[in-house]
Amino acid sequence: MQGKNSTNATRLVADYVSGRLTRREMIRKAVAAGVSVPAIAAILAGASPRRAFAQDATPIPDPDAASTLVVPSGLRTDLSGSSITAVLADPTDPNGPFLEGAIAKFTEATGIAVEFQRGERTADARLQAYRQQFAGQSADIDVYQIDVIWPGVVAEHAVNLAEPLADLAAQHFEAIVQNNTVEDVLVGIPWFTDAGLLYFRTDLLEKHGVTAPTTWDELTTSAQAIQDAERADNPDFYGYAFQGRAYEGLTCNGLEWQVSNGGGFIVESDGTVSINNPQAIEAFDRARSWVGTIAPEGVTTYAEQETLNLWTAGNLAFARNWPYMFAASQEAPAVAGKVDVSPLPMGTGDAARNADTLGGWQLMVSKYSENQEPAIEFIKFMCSPEFQTAFAAEQSMLPTIAAVYDAQEVAEASEFIPRLKDVFQGGAVARPSSVTGDLYPEVSQAYSQQLNQVLTGDKDGATAAADMEAEISAIAGG
Amino acid sequence: MSQQAVPAPLSQPTVQPGKISEVPRSSWAKARERLAWLLVAPSILIVAVVALYPLAQSVRLSFTNAGLTTSCIEDRGGFGNARAGCEREYVGFANYEFLLANDQFITAFWNTVRFTVSSVAIETVLGMIVALIINSQFKARGLLRTAILIPWAIPTVVSSRLWAYMFNDAYGVVNDLLVNRLPQLVDWIPLVGDNLAGVFPEQKIAFLARPEWQMPTAIAVDVWKTTPFMALLLLAGLQIIPGDIYEASTVDGASKWQQFWQMTLPMLRPALLVALIFRTLDAFRVFDVIFVMFGNASKTLTMAIFAQQTLVNGDRLGRTSAASVLIFLCIGLLVLVYTRLVKLEEA
Repeated sequence: MQGKNSTNATRLVADYVSGRLTRREMIRKAVAAGVSVPAIAAILAGASPRRAFAQDATPIPDPDAASTLVVPSGLRTDLSGSSITAVLADPTDPNGPFLEGAIAKFTEATGIAVEFQRGERTADARLQAYRQQFAGQSADIDVYQIDVIWPGVVAEHAVNLAEPLADLAAQHFEAIVQNNTVEDVLVGIPWFTDAGLLYFRTDLLEKHGVTAPTTWDELTTSAQAIQDAERADNPDFYGYAFQGRAYEGLTCNGLEWQVSNGGGFIVESDGTVSINNPQAIEAFDRARSWVGTIAPEGVTTYAEQETLNLWTAGNLAFARNWPYMFAASQEAPAVAGKVDVSPLPMGTGDAARNADTLGGWQLMVSKYSENQEPAIEFIKFMCSPEFQTAFAAEQSMLPTIAAVYDAQEVAEASEFIPRLKDVFQGGAVARPSSVTGDLYPEVSQAYSQQLNQVLTGDKDGATAAADMEAEISAIAGG
Repeated sequence: MSQQAVPAPLSQPTVQPGKISEVPRSSWAKARERLAWLLVAPSILIVAVVALYPLAQSVRLSFTNAGLTTSCIEDRGGFGNARAGCEREYVGFANYEFLLANDQFITAFWNTVRFTVSSVAIETVLGMIVALIINSQFKARGLLRTAILIPWAIPTVVSSRLWAYMFNDAYGVVNDLLVNRLPQLVDWIPLVGDNLAGVFPEQKIAFLARPEWQMPTAIAVDVWKTTPFMALLLLAGLQIIPGDIYEASTVDGASKWQQFWQMTLPMLRPALLVALIFRTLDAFRVFDVIFVMFGNASKTLTMAIFAQQTLVNGDRLGRTSAASVLIFLCIGLLVLVYTRLVKLEEA
């Protein structure tokens, strides 16, 4: 019996590695053949299949990947033998081996087999692919990884996780959980996050006797002073750069400017279009004043990459970008070791506050899934403090649970991550995607197009705010 | 349907007055015609399935309130209201009325026209020059012909991204050349060096951000990419012109200039028209160059970008179909004008 089992297992492994069997089929056959669950997990951990396409995505087996991951307690074991499919990461993400390792641990602990597929590279393409799955009410995929701006778009296809995962949700940052809640349906549990940060050059601040700015006006003055002084040696030096191109990134930047100035959230949570207000207009005009003074004139066409290029060349004193630029800075000789971050500055007025637009991804369970219970169990694992601790320590992915920022393992792996706790607790702002729902992409497009015209000087802030109000209201009207 | 073209039964051959030369069809001829129809049938079927059906579908959808992922776009009466549910229905010309009253769409139309006219005109002139050069006899001609096609072979998204990098105002190589390198270089030229250096700008130019530079920059990138294609089509036309007529005209004392205007150009006209049709239609659908360099910016929007946004961001299949039908009509009109030109040429 034992002998027969092991030959079966050998053949299954061979089929799996050669790509003739998918992970899911392999597990199903292995379970049917009586191979024990730990043995399957061992097979999965040790062998990865050769895929017909996305060769670059096939992770190189890394025995250390996910080695620090402690399996959370309290996972159900009575669902052993079931299998689910999850869309996680994209083919360019370097965290494939970590995810494979983590999934193997999950399978070992619960007996639930997980087939791990990768999503499309760009968020737009991925949403389109998801929409096709949903339109066909497909049961092929049980767990989807969704962008922070999609809960409103996908809500009607999601299992409400508010009840089954209430305890887990309570541990995550409230701003994100609220963002993920659409009309009392908790669409997804936060997996990892991102937020806009202010980057500054510690050496230049010291050289010019400037402290890290806490308001936009301070930033403007400091950036101008440093730029004026540095231009003597470096004519290509600029004080500040951000993302001013007409695209989703400008919506993130613009939201930070107006929320930090007490200018509201474009569309409030009750559905009111609040964009046309003096505080928002003031914030827009302030941003316009940067273009061609402390920021390059071309900033109106800049996305993250252009900001990164200027920054890593050492030609900027301040910059707004996502957390990934910190790691990139450490690899750039011109700025390595001279970079620090803080929450973005506050505006003026009574309602001034810190505002850092949230990015990041959530995991949701499809309503059309035939394996909802194991899928929920998988999310319980993937979004647990234990998983996020290892994800942060090994992969530098930002946790969505406050306690994880204080974890010893994270502090040992990165000086940077623990410092971001303040950003997420104090300043994190969600884009108005939950209230605008499936209309969000169009709202964001109208907003960023108008704001781009303010930055290029085609319109003043007041005209743009009035036009935004008209356009965004028309979108809601159908 | 195909058989209707075949005249009445064979036993009574009908000879129409004035068409006496028409010989009665033998059964063999009839069989041949049937075979001909049979042979073209697959092509007709494929065209019907991949071209006519989608076109008809676009036209049909353009009169509805269809959504891409939902059955219909409904009036939600404000944000935060759930979908009430609606039926896909015909809305008459509402989508067209919206588009024709929409400033962005009108801007997009004129941007597209400007882009098409300028880029095709420049490409034609440059393509002609290139074609004439590589049609002449010189060493390494084959190598040059291959090399010249490289811009055409690079995917537009990639080349646009490269050019956007090069045109960047802060670190782009174009500005570096204009502001830093070239003035130094011409400074070395004796006598006129000082004056020449003054031609170059002192400040770097934000090619991608300045309204007066945006369209010219996009057109430059498109010209860089598609001139080789134009040159190749024209070269094919040049190569079918027999060489002896040039010899004859040279003997008759015609200058090179006269040869070009009175022989080369008229004989090249069919190839030129084909090239113009291809390029104009392509330019009218421009999406990638502009989207990669300027994103959704309203100043540089083209009709194709407008349609893409309406579909992907707005989910509005009906309105997008209407925009597509308008693009189709514009292109159809252009084809009509061009084919008229060809007909006039033939007549």
